[in-house]
Amino acid sequence: MANFPSDGMDVNTEINTSGFGTCPLPISDHDTVQLGHGSGGQMSRELIQDLFVWAFGNPLLDDLQDSVVLPAVASDLAFSTDSFVVDPIFFPGGNIGNLAVNGTVNDVAMSGATPRYLSIGMILEEGFSLVDLKRIVESIRDAAAIASVQIVTGDTKVVDKGKGDKVFINTTGIGVFEQPVRPRPDRIRVGDHVLISGTLADHGMTILSKREGLQFEMPIASDSAALNHLIARMLDVGGEGVRALRDPTRGGVAAALNEFAETAGVGIELEEGSIPILPAVRGACEFLGIDPLHVANEGKLIAVVAPEVSEAVLSAMKSDTLGAHAVRIGTVTSQTAGMVTMRTGIGGQRIVDMLVGEQLPRIC
Amino acid sequence: MKYLDEFRDPVIAKAILDEIHAITTREWTLMEICGGQTHSIIRNGINQLLPSHIELVHGPGCPVCVTPLELIDRAIAIASRPEVIFTSFGDMLRVPGSEKDLFMVKSEGGDVRVVYSPLDAVRLARENPEKEVVFFAVGFETTAPNNAMAAWQARQLGLSNFSMLVSHVLVPPAMKALLSSEQNRVQGYLAAGHVCTIMGWEEYEPICREFDVPIVVTGFEPVDILEGVLMTVRQLEEGRNEVENQYARAVAREGNRAARDLIAQVFTVSDRKWRGIGEIPLSGFRLSDTFSAFDAEKRFAIGEIDVDEPEACISGIILQGLKKPYECPAFGKECTPRTPLGATMVSSEGACAAYYAYHRHHPESATPSPSE
Repeated sequence: MANFPSDGMDVNTEINTSGFGTCPLPISDHDTVQLGHGSGGQMSRELIQDLFVWAFGNPLLDDLQDSVVLPAVASDLAFSTDSFVVDPIFFPGGNIGNLAVNGTVNDVAMSGATPRYLSIGMILEEGFSLVDLKRIVESIRDAAAIASVQIVTGDTKVVDKGKGDKVFINTTGIGVFEQPVRPRPDRIRVGDHVLISGTLADHGMTILSKREGLQFEMPIASDSAALNHLIARMLDVGGEGVRALRDPTRGGVAAALNEFAETAGVGIELEEGSIPILPAVRGACEFLGIDPLHVANEGKLIAVVAPEVSEAVLSAMKSDTLGAHAVRIGTVTSQTAGMVTMRTGIGGQRIVDMLVGEQLPRIC
Repeated sequence: MKYLDEFRDPVIAKAILDEIHAITTREWTLMEICGGQTHSIIRNGINQLLPSHIELVHGPGCPVCVTPLELIDRAIAIASRPEVIFTSFGDMLRVPGSEKDLFMVKSEGGDVRVVYSPLDAVRLARENPEKEVVFFAVGFETTAPNNAMAAWQARQLGLSNFSMLVSHVLVPPAMKALLSSEQNRVQGYLAAGHVCTIMGWEEYEPICREFDVPIVVTGFEPVDILEGVLMTVRQLEEGRNEVENQYARAVAREGNRAARDLIAQVFTVSDRKWRGIGEIPLSGFRLSDTFSAFDAEKRFAIGEIDVDEPEACISGIILQGLKKPYECPAFGKECTPRTPLGATMVSSEGACAAYYAYHRHHPESATPSPSE
């Protein structure tokens, strides 16, 4: 991937996206993405200048070389990449653009690092609306500003109509360690507390409710958000007592906690009654026979913390908008090592498993 | 949440449990019919809270589980045809046929779509007149009205490109078949609440009389199931054999009259093969002669399909409540939800899948070692 200028290696088309002047659209004479926008020629240049550089511009990006040169740092680096293919691309609470920023920012932040730089790679389908593209780009810009990260390099390809689905985005992030704590699942100990930063399953159920074929309206929105500032507060008060952090995206809380239990060789017991779920989300899950513990979140984190810092970390979480509904949902135990169990509302106990395949609505 | 929280209330649950413990004087074996109830029992750990001398055995009421393998193969053959849009409820897609499942058909280029209502399939047929749209009409009495409505609407609309692959089964004939078996252990039934929402409970009254068993129409939440167990045990302890209705907030004796009328128009009672159990006379629905034009089996000449179940799978015995999933040597070993040998491990409502998902950490569900 180049720093927006064409790198000449492209069999398809390349839109390099740098250098935006005053506001853009309509870009040239088109209102949809054309193959020419990825040609590496004049149209590419216009798209880059008028949209991407206009939106993201910063001294590192504006240099527009094949690669960006980042200033040296003394600390280790955290490095993460993720691709976003969500459908629909616009949904209540966000769109594919801010999702792509927040997703990678969160992945970097879960390691304890402070996210600094992002790359944006976009694969556009010929015929995709430039108005929609602008909305997405603006939302990327805004999300990056909120997360205090800079977009320093990028790339755009255009594929023939039918070869893609409107827009796919890849983001890669780099973070630096500004403090010594490295939360990792292998640091989890028996007796630790399991905290969650807010309500479960908002994102996944929002997306599901908007998919074709499932026409029901719910007063809910995706929770897509960058969690790095929340994590900074938690690390401030919890220090080494913050053992492990995870954003429970695909696979939901069940997958994240099962990975913790397996890696640390401990059991994790949840208390069913303490798990926060919005009534509308719970209703939709009941209706479709879907376990909210298996549904994706995009603005929540699970923290395993030492019992002695648990209260302080929870208070710090609650002082942040993104952690206002933070709550303790479970405990790390020496029983059922490698497994997550749940004390059910009526006093029984069950396993909380990872989902095997795709979450499928039941017949009845 | 109204109608949910009350029925998950730990205080109420505890009170009912105490009463069950207080009135139970001897061993009783009850069967919950419906896979949704099995799921709820295992998921909430209800079986761990009951007195040890009450045994819940799990019935055949999982539509995915009892759909015959050859019908899955037939669905796969139809879905693989280029002119077909094959539609189904989600959980049929992962059920393995003898060689592949519907997900694999999709990945090989077949147009297989999950729908949430059979009426979505009718809509697809209207929107795609150049395609043949087939709906996999699987289920018990619960889904029969919706599926009947799809055929009824298709006929009203004069759609010539819509058809249904029907595998509808009925609860009462299966209950009678189980009670008639020499191996039967069931002394009382929790009848499936949602089936009775449609059909009512009149048809259960003769079963009570003929086989001397109490039947309690029961809901799906923990308090529902505990109350259903309490009512059944109380009848057994008092020597009564009646139909009682625990699920009064949803079920009336005559059921849903409009739904039953529609079912009677569109479907005709017919013999059906149940996976794992075999042929049960008059235990299912086929499309009635008026609606036979919508029968996918007639529309697509697939020919005879003759298949064998994997030998290691004892799902038939599980579905009759004669063994618990953890008593199967393959449970949790060769047979897991990722590598299911039989349908009881595939469907989320299958007894094997429920035990595997929620309960495999308990000693009684530990897999027997080969020497045992």
